[in-house]
Amino acid sequence: MMDLASAQVIGAGLAAIGVGAAAAGVGFVFGSFLQGALRNPGAAGGQTPTLYIGFAAAELLGLMAFAVAMIILYAR
Amino acid sequence: MAAEAKIDPMHQFAIEQIGGNPLSGTPFQFTNSALWMLIVFAAIVLFMWGGTKRQLVPGRWQTAVEGLTGFLDNITRQNIGAEGRKYLPWVFTAFVFILFSNWIGAMPFAVVPGAHPFTVTSQFTVTGFMSVTSFLIVLVVGFWKHKLHFFSLFVPKDTPFVLKLLIAPIEFVSFMVRPFSLGLRPFVAMFAGHILLDVFGNFVVQGLNAGGPMGYAISALCFVFLVGVNALELLVGGIQAFVFALLTALYINDAVNLH
Repeated sequence: MMDLASAQVIGAGLAAIGVGAAAAGVGFVFGSFLQGALRNPGAAGGQTPTLYIGFAAAELLGLMAFAVAMIILYAR
Repeated sequence: MAAEAKIDPMHQFAIEQIGGNPLSGTPFQFTNSALWMLIVFAAIVLFMWGGTKRQLVPGRWQTAVEGLTGFLDNITRQNIGAEGRKYLPWVFTAFVFILFSNWIGAMPFAVVPGAHPFTVTSQFTVTGFMSVTSFLIVLVVGFWKHKLHFFSLFVPKDTPFVLKLLIAPIEFVSFMVRPFSLGLRPFVAMFAGHILLDVFGNFVVQGLNAGGPMGYAISALCFVFLVGVNALELLVGGIQAFVFALLTALYINDAVNLH
């Protein structure tokens, strides 16, 4: 049986894995955009809002993982 | 040798009362958050005032202000359409306030002892209320323009009836989550970034305190990393402000044009 403090730290560390997953997601969004933009540079400029919407959606989940980690770490 | 200093990255987010206490026992206190909000406000006013002198040949300052207003005008016009102009004031306010408080909070004012910058947007209270304001604008405009027809926002057009039953609850949940996710984004980005800065700043000091070639090497390495993270913080501050403005414009577009 482990005490609450160590369980909290381990739990927060596990929850922080989600941030890494979001990093992969954000990288995929920007990578795909760059791939498309290099193939058709003329159309790339008009699509930057779409890029940032995709970025925001992918990033939000990582931020939520971070928030969950902080809640676990500092919960009493 | 140095004492084992415990890193306390949460201390920088503490809201403390400043100055005297004329309203003791009431919730109305002048805090460091209020002080830095006023500083952000003063910086915005100074920036806008310096650039709106209507010179015929714009100088550098006026070009900067014109670039900012033109950029936000573009966001509203592209995403909402010709009617977007009406909503420019709120989009502009939100963008500029988040941008300035993010950047002022990341400035190294602490080289002057005692002058610790406080990032206003690192409190969910602030960003949460801004996102609730955006959400209320969407609700008010939507119900004002479309009356009860606004609920058709949850039902995509030309969908089979069975699918509609499935999609409507999902759309409803994703609509109701908006104020939460919109406010969470700038808050967590600033919060996480400042924790990272605090932790690595502590590593620099602890490495110097420990001394020896190893301590100095670690300290130098962490310092270089710290500079990089600080630059990243400035980038993230800009991106988060942009994303907030963009998503606000998109949500308002839902209410105005009702896809």
